[in-house]
Amino acid sequence: MIEDHSVKSDRPAKMSARNVNVFYGQKQAISGVSIDVDMDNVVAFIGPSGCGKSTFLRTLNRMNDTIAGARVEGQITLDGTDIYNPDMDVVQLRARVGMVFQKPNPFPKSIYENVAYGPRIHGLVDGKADLDAVVEQSLRRAGLWDEVKDRLHESGTALSGGQQQRLCIARAIAVDPEVILMDEPCSALDPIATAKIEELIHELRGRYAIVIVTHNMQQAARVSQHTAFFHLGQLVEYGVTSEIFTNPREVRTKDYITGRYG
Amino acid sequence: MSVAAIAFLVIGLGLIGWLSARTRAARFAAAADTAAGAAGRPHSLPFYHGWYVALWATVPALLFLAVWGWTSPALVTGAVLDTPAAALPESGIERGALLAEARALAQGKLAGAFNDEAAALAPAYRAAQARFDGIATVLALILAFAGGAYAFTRVRPDFRARTRVERAVMATLLVASLIAILTTVGIVASLLFESWRFFSMVSPVDFLFGLRWSPQSAVIAGQTNQFGAIPLFWGTIFIGAIIAMVVAIPLGLMSAVYLTQYAGPRLRAWMKPALEMLAGVPTVVYGYFAALTVAPALRDFAAAVGIPGASSESALAAGVVMGIMIIPFVSSMADDSITAVPAAMRDGSLAMGATQSETIRKVLIPAALPGVVGGVLLAVSRAIGETMIVVMAAGLAANLTANPFASVTTVTTQIVQLLTGDQEFDSAKTLAAFALGLVLFVITLLLNIVALRVVKKYREAYE
Ligand SMILES: Nc1ncnc2c1ncn2[C@@H]1O[C@H](COP(=O)(O)OP(=O)(O)O)[C@@H](O)[C@H]1O
Ligand SMILES: [Mg+2]
Repeated sequence: MIEDHSVKSDRPAKMSARNVNVFYGQKQAISGVSIDVDMDNVVAFIGPSGCGKSTFLRTLNRMNDTIAGARVEGQITLDGTDIYNPDMDVVQLRARVGMVFQKPNPFPKSIYENVAYGPRIHGLVDGKADLDAVVEQSLRRAGLWDEVKDRLHESGTALSGGQQQRLCIARAIAVDPEVILMDEPCSALDPIATAKIEELIHELRGRYAIVIVTHNMQQAARVSQHTAFFHLGQLVEYGVTSEIFTNPREVRTKDYITGRYG
Repeated sequence: MSVAAIAFLVIGLGLIGWLSARTRAARFAAAADTAAGAAGRPHSLPFYHGWYVALWATVPALLFLAVWGWTSPALVTGAVLDTPAAALPESGIERGALLAEARALAQGKLAGAFNDEAAALAPAYRAAQARFDGIATVLALILAFAGGAYAFTRVRPDFRARTRVERAVMATLLVASLIAILTTVGIVASLLFESWRFFSMVSPVDFLFGLRWSPQSAVIAGQTNQFGAIPLFWGTIFIGAIIAMVVAIPLGLMSAVYLTQYAGPRLRAWMKPALEMLAGVPTVVYGYFAALTVAPALRDFAAAVGIPGASSESALAAGVVMGIMIIPFVSSMADDSITAVPAAMRDGSLAMGATQSETIRKVLIPAALPGVVGGVLLAVSRAIGETMIVVMAAGLAANLTANPFASVTTVTTQIVQLLTGDQEFDSAKTLAAFALGLVLFVITLLLNIVALRVVKKYREAYE
């Protein structure tokens, strides 16, 4: 008897994907993925490398548009609106669905300028005082303020790797997004920096819908409430994290979690 | 035997040495193989033994011949002068002429003699030449044999011929690179020397800070204060560093941005080479394009809108065409540096909801800026050294003016003016060309050093 531990939430889904296929040229990288993401639960994507986690994550803020030859089929909605409809403004979408990358990629500008970048291009602030406030608030939320408040005008690239990644999170937060996508945000970091990011994810939960790709199953178990297991471009299993790790329904999930492959 | 014939002989000996050493080495290699397997194999392949012997046979002998070819004419002449037949005039020029004639007679390059003295000297010349050639042949062959034999005795299974040959290869490469450096040093030395002679006639202060340039009258009136080079440097900077850059920087940068960010791969595949082809157009073609097409059009335009001082040779014409010429320098450097900005930067900006042009303006170009600046500095140094366009289109009048429609002249144009035609090589007028060249050299050198520094620092930032 398979027990049901499918995902349920009190609030309606923030983002929903239905039957999504992604192709790179002729090659299909994602087939038939349907998933819901809500504000209350951090979602972790796990699966062996090359299974399409990043590809699927990028469909959620249309970053695949920047890859020549990439094509997305199916429906993805944000608050019920199809994000691939022709009227959708990608600039608006990406302001609402922010992204943090695998390798910290602060701009070669000052810490302040890095965080101010988004509010400036989206015209979110009036005047210097307002901008200062947004920068401070974002850095505080990213847990970086105390470390950098005395050197806001030094280069963002001079920070340590973990600080750079938190700067990138602050940069994403600064435009006040609704969803934050993180693609293996800790894979380039040491354990202490990783712990800080994980703690930060806990703090951000509830304020933003968060999706995190990770190859580290302990990390998925620590930070997420829901886990999606991908394999060969398919969503094999999606459920409550504790259930997925203790009592997976699918053999493939179980094999992966017990380290049979990956 | 001539030096060339001896050289061939030596090379022939080298070939023989190569073959015999290789054969010998191959023989003991084969023996070792059957006897002891891989462990007992000789250190080097037979082929390296061959090269080792060939190098020893040829290199010392050829070096000797090179030195000989350089010194022997003097030795021969010395021997001729020692003969009793050499009753020569005192005057150096006549003496030289006679000796040259005698040499030509002796070598059979002249059918008959103009001067009897030369005819009398010819046999002595011939004899001396034959004697020295004989000596050279013997010495070269001895060297070749001795070198080859020495090397051949060392061809043994445990001899490390490969190491020696590799060392010889390295030495050859070193010499090749030294040649370029030594040439540069020689050029700088000659520039320094001639400039020093110039500055002993004209005060460096007058030269570097003087406002009037008029070398012609300086010669006629015997004055020295007409060598003020400021108008020339102003003209050079006005054309090469201001007008040309106003054209080249925006166009080069924008085409690089288009090519790297917007153009599809197919468009880029032909547009980039087409743009770079601009760099392959001979400068003289740009020169007459500037002089015959652009300059008259600009003059007519200036006259039509009533700009005073418009001339048919203008700074603007030369500068604009020069700017077009160096677009490829700027664009290919900018292209490289924009491409070198990690894709993560671009993705980071796009993921924030920045548009493509915001990403380019606010992230890519600032990140690529040092590389772009380096490219621009290299382009400036190229532009201020450029000669053909300005000679044809900028004019000769050393005006100190900021009117782009007026005629100005540049350092390179004046160097051409000073050195073409009949000139004595020790007048201040001619030597001024070297002083100008020296200053130009120093400026472009500094620009290049700064540019390379900037570019290098930039590369390090992303690697
Ligand atoms: N830009 C691309 N062009 C073509 N194929 C790609 C591209 N990016 C990823 N892929 C392919 O899509 C598949 C899924 O990749 P990805 O989403 O990066 O996997 P994951 O993040 O799970 O390791 C892989 O087979 C990969 O080779
Ligand atoms: Mg990935």
